[in-house]
Amino acid sequence: MGEVKLFRTWSSPYALRIVWALKLKGIVYETIYEDLANKSSLLLEYNPVHKKVPVLLHNGTPICESLVILEYIDETWNTTARFLPEDPLARATARFWAKFNDDRVVTSIFRAYVTQGAEQEEAIGPALENLDIVEKQLIGKNFFSGESFGFLDLVFGWIAKYLGIFEETGGIKLIDEDRFPLILAWKDKFCDIPVIKESWPDQEKLITKFQLMREHFISTAAGSS
Amino acid sequence: MGKGSEIKLIGTPPSPYVNRVQIVLNLKSIDYEFVEENLACKSELLLTSNPVYKKVPVLIHANNPPIPESLIIIEYLDEIYSDVHPILPSGPLARADNRFWANYMDTKFFPLFEELRKTPGKEGKKAIMKQIIEGSQLLEEAFVKFSDGKPYFGGDDVGYLDVVLGCFLGWTKFVEKHNEFKIFDEARTPKLLEWTNRIWSHEALKDVIPESETLMNFYMILMKYRP
Repeated sequence: MGEVKLFRTWSSPYALRIVWALKLKGIVYETIYEDLANKSSLLLEYNPVHKKVPVLLHNGTPICESLVILEYIDETWNTTARFLPEDPLARATARFWAKFNDDRVVTSIFRAYVTQGAEQEEAIGPALENLDIVEKQLIGKNFFSGESFGFLDLVFGWIAKYLGIFEETGGIKLIDEDRFPLILAWKDKFCDIPVIKESWPDQEKLITKFQLMREHFISTAAGSS
Repeated sequence: MGKGSEIKLIGTPPSPYVNRVQIVLNLKSIDYEFVEENLACKSELLLTSNPVYKKVPVLIHANNPPIPESLIIIEYLDEIYSDVHPILPSGPLARADNRFWANYMDTKFFPLFEELRKTPGKEGKKAIMKQIIEGSQLLEEAFVKFSDGKPYFGGDDVGYLDVVLGCFLGWTKFVEKHNEFKIFDEARTPKLLEWTNRIWSHEALKDVIPESETLMNFYMILMKYRP
């Protein structure tokens, strides 16, 4: 099916979605690690619009934006188990929740993680409300995608590791077992999947990196006020 | 032709995102009922159909759960009415390319217009207009690539990106006039300029994109309630 390369950073949760997708489909690929402080000329050539990772290169042609890449992988390697459901309404619903995650869930939790004091307190409310909506999506289901895991689990998958990292480095507690029992149950099942288990970046390295990132955001905010 | 009023579209005429869906329904010759929403006083129907975002457009197809988000609605319509005027191409790479540029337009290009509206002061507005012009140049390159010498992004006839960008032309004309600058012009974006004139008079768009006066009224409302 041709040569596949993935441009990624070691820590990006968006790139991890693509790692999972490629491994789940049994696709052989080469990884090219990027340093976003020093972007390679290849990355700038393959993603001139956003200059971001992940970028999938298939037979020399780049595909950018993680959700676009996931659908591309699903449509191209379509003889193995599909990530997205067949039914158009179920697909529309999956795409809607993917957008909700990327637009609202990630941004609201990120905001709570990079702020402090009153600003952080203010940010926690919306983050929890969005997580309430996420929790509801698991009612009566094993995984976000239903009986077995699929597209939406790849999309929400970052929650299983990075949310804890944001909580620890941000000094906040979001996932409490009384309010989010379904998310916690899903997290255990998701993390048990072999491809997922073997792909997480190093925990300590992630903590260090996101601690530094938070400090950077806080000092930038202080500098500009 | 058509399937009766099995399809309901909740929307407001000045919303380009609503117009997008109307254009696709027209292209596919689908009859539908337009349920006009008053955004200052959102209906029970809208609030229950799109409780997460509470926004238009929302598509309701027969007794199925409602579908919000214009790009998601378009892909849904394309999948269930796949035999009439396909909107997205069939190949995975072409589809990925189309989806990438729609994402660029919705997350980077169009938000600049709202930012322009909300930014006070000449200097601030100038900076945003500059970004809009840079964006239009990226879109010119995209048009040249997708059209490959043909009249539309979709080739010989209107396709996905023609709809995704075309629905905004009422607003781009309005913003150009209101702010006295050119977004699409002969020197910088010659192909796209030709395309705007061509698509403006396309059957499927003609009665959908509102008149300047409607847009002006809506603009004044936005300035008052969401400054």
